[in-house]
Amino acid sequence: MAEPASVAAESLAGSRARAARTVLGQVVLPGEELLLPEQEDAEGPGGAVERPLSLNAGARSRVRVVCGPGLRRCGDRLLVTKCGRLRHKEPGSGSGGGVYWVDSQQKRYVPVKGDHVIGIVTAKSGDIFKVDVGGSEPASLSYLSFEGATKRNRPNVQVGDLIYGQFVVANKDMEPEMVCIDSCGRANGMGVIGQDGLLFKVTLGLIRKLLAPDCEIIQEVGKLYPLEIVFGMNGRIWVKAKTIQQTLILANILEACEHMTSDQRKQIFSRLAES
Amino acid sequence: MNLCLQRLDGRQTYDYRNIRISFGTDYGCCIVELGKTRVLGQVSCELVSPKLNRATEGILFFNLELSQMAAPAFEPGRQSDLLVKLNRLLERCLRNSKCIDTESLCVVAGEKVWQIRVDLHLLNHDGNIIDAASIAAIVALCHFRRPDVSVQGDEVTLYTPEERDPVPLSIHHMPICVSFAFFQQGTYLLVDPNEREERVMDGLLVIAMNKHREICTIQSSGGIMLLKDQVLRCSKIAGVKVAEITELILKALENDQKVRKEGGKFGFAESIANQRITAFKMEKAPIDTSDVEEKAEEIIAEAEPPSEVVSTPVLWTPGTAQIGEGVENSWGDLEDSEKEDDEGGGDQAIILDSIKMDTGVEVSDIGSQDAPIILSDSEEEEMIILEPDKNPKKIRTQTTSAKQEKAPSKKPVKRRKKKRAAN
Repeated sequence: MAEPASVAAESLAGSRARAARTVLGQVVLPGEELLLPEQEDAEGPGGAVERPLSLNAGARSRVRVVCGPGLRRCGDRLLVTKCGRLRHKEPGSGSGGGVYWVDSQQKRYVPVKGDHVIGIVTAKSGDIFKVDVGGSEPASLSYLSFEGATKRNRPNVQVGDLIYGQFVVANKDMEPEMVCIDSCGRANGMGVIGQDGLLFKVTLGLIRKLLAPDCEIIQEVGKLYPLEIVFGMNGRIWVKAKTIQQTLILANILEACEHMTSDQRKQIFSRLAES
Repeated sequence: MNLCLQRLDGRQTYDYRNIRISFGTDYGCCIVELGKTRVLGQVSCELVSPKLNRATEGILFFNLELSQMAAPAFEPGRQSDLLVKLNRLLERCLRNSKCIDTESLCVVAGEKVWQIRVDLHLLNHDGNIIDAASIAAIVALCHFRRPDVSVQGDEVTLYTPEERDPVPLSIHHMPICVSFAFFQQGTYLLVDPNEREERVMDGLLVIAMNKHREICTIQSSGGIMLLKDQVLRCSKIAGVKVAEITELILKALENDQKVRKEGGKFGFAESIANQRITAFKMEKAPIDTSDVEEKAEEIIAEAEPPSEVVSTPVLWTPGTAQIGEGVENSWGDLEDSEKEDDEGGGDQAIILDSIKMDTGVEVSDIGSQDAPIILSDSEEEEMIILEPDKNPKKIRTQTTSAKQEKAPSKKPVKRRKKKRAAN
């Protein structure tokens, strides 16, 4: 960590933007500017080299690069707004420069449209439920946004219930709104989460890690006990196993997974599997 | 009734979380971590004029602040109740107990005294702020060194740290708060409540004690009614805990002293692990799974042997039969009847499918063998002999009657274990 930090400090002091390609996988700090590959040649080392002017200056190929979380467009460059590791994903098919984003760690959730979250119903006012999702404001959930709900057939939702839903409106200017149906009108797993179980909070980075495809942790946990588990992108996990003891063990394992290397984790799982 | 008495993190009733004390480079600066609850304590001093009615005593000033990074609920100006309560308790614990010798803080009577200011900042709230804050305060005070002063006649000389080594404060004893959370009108008691445990507790009893078993402050909040023996028991537990914590504090102070004297590196930077982006170090949580085996063995030994697979289905109504009873709910005294009905229903649904499938297979066999089959839906067990040229398709739909007929000679249906895979 000391090395990238010193390089970063150097570049900040010299106020020279680095090429995004060279920084992939390293820690970047807010305020850094990154150059996209197509612009590297233009800048050159030091930028004071003379180049012959080309007649077709505007024919530079425009590559469409997607700016993910933690990055912002600043003129022609990318400006880093969160500290973390820089990542890049190649485009699957077609043109485009792929996606760049910063893998940062955070505990506070900011509602994002399309995210599936677990919320707690805090109030029922008329036709709208107020759901606490861990953001700055409670989200609103209409009673009609459940599968099979009509004006006469209201869903059975009480204050204090857990809801798994997704955001349809989530920006910094408005109160977030969530629904429990998808675009086809089907519940698709969303709605009120059943009785019992345990809800606990983890960091957002851990949730993303656990939801990644082929996550080893989840496969290993599934082999231990039969369980039900719901992940909310707002850092909340709901677990239910056959007994309270098992549920607590699962909750503690998932919380501890963040700070364990895969070897330590395998050790703990093998110990649990024996007992 | 099978009550499961467990804490969320696997601790026992009287267990404290891991306490970790680290010191900064300045004297009087420390961070105390009680599990995940973190308090930063900083002591500073200043020469001021004394209070008019206490001309020969120094001034002590305590201030606890709940930083906004400690919990999402802490916003500037929003947490006044909790803040006032914590500050009052801290003041009573440290000032009224006279743990610091204020007379020794006097420089010139009536004119100049030392004002010692203890600032505590809550950096992370995971329950039991008062314990962590009291430990941080007393550790910071013990760690602090004030500049040396000498008085010769009318002349007062204040030495800088370079000229003369700073002098520690004169501390008589170390009062430490121990919190007890009560649940269900005093039936259950937990030491060092977690944040979640604090949210659901009925009341809180805080006892501030020193290692000589002198109670400095005792406060009960939440309006619960405690019995005399409960309070006495708590004070005994507090005595034990305070002794352990005091030992820990003295060891930490000694270590820091040693490192400074030997010229080694000290300060917060040294005590934070490198190569880690994450903020917290997770201590190994003692997950107590040893009980599970014993408990399971006990239960197995006491329970009857599992009944063999039931081959006779119970017919509820035409079209609905049940084999077996499903898995029992082990969550304790919740709405039991509802739960079991649901579970039973669930199992019924699963088993019904299997029955249907099996009977389907068997019926086709029967059809080929021309065995007697009942066509009507009545529950009587009479056998009606049909003509052999009946349509086999019709036979297949009469699942109920076939079931009835075939009941005694049915192959044992495998009990489907309810296993829900991870999502």
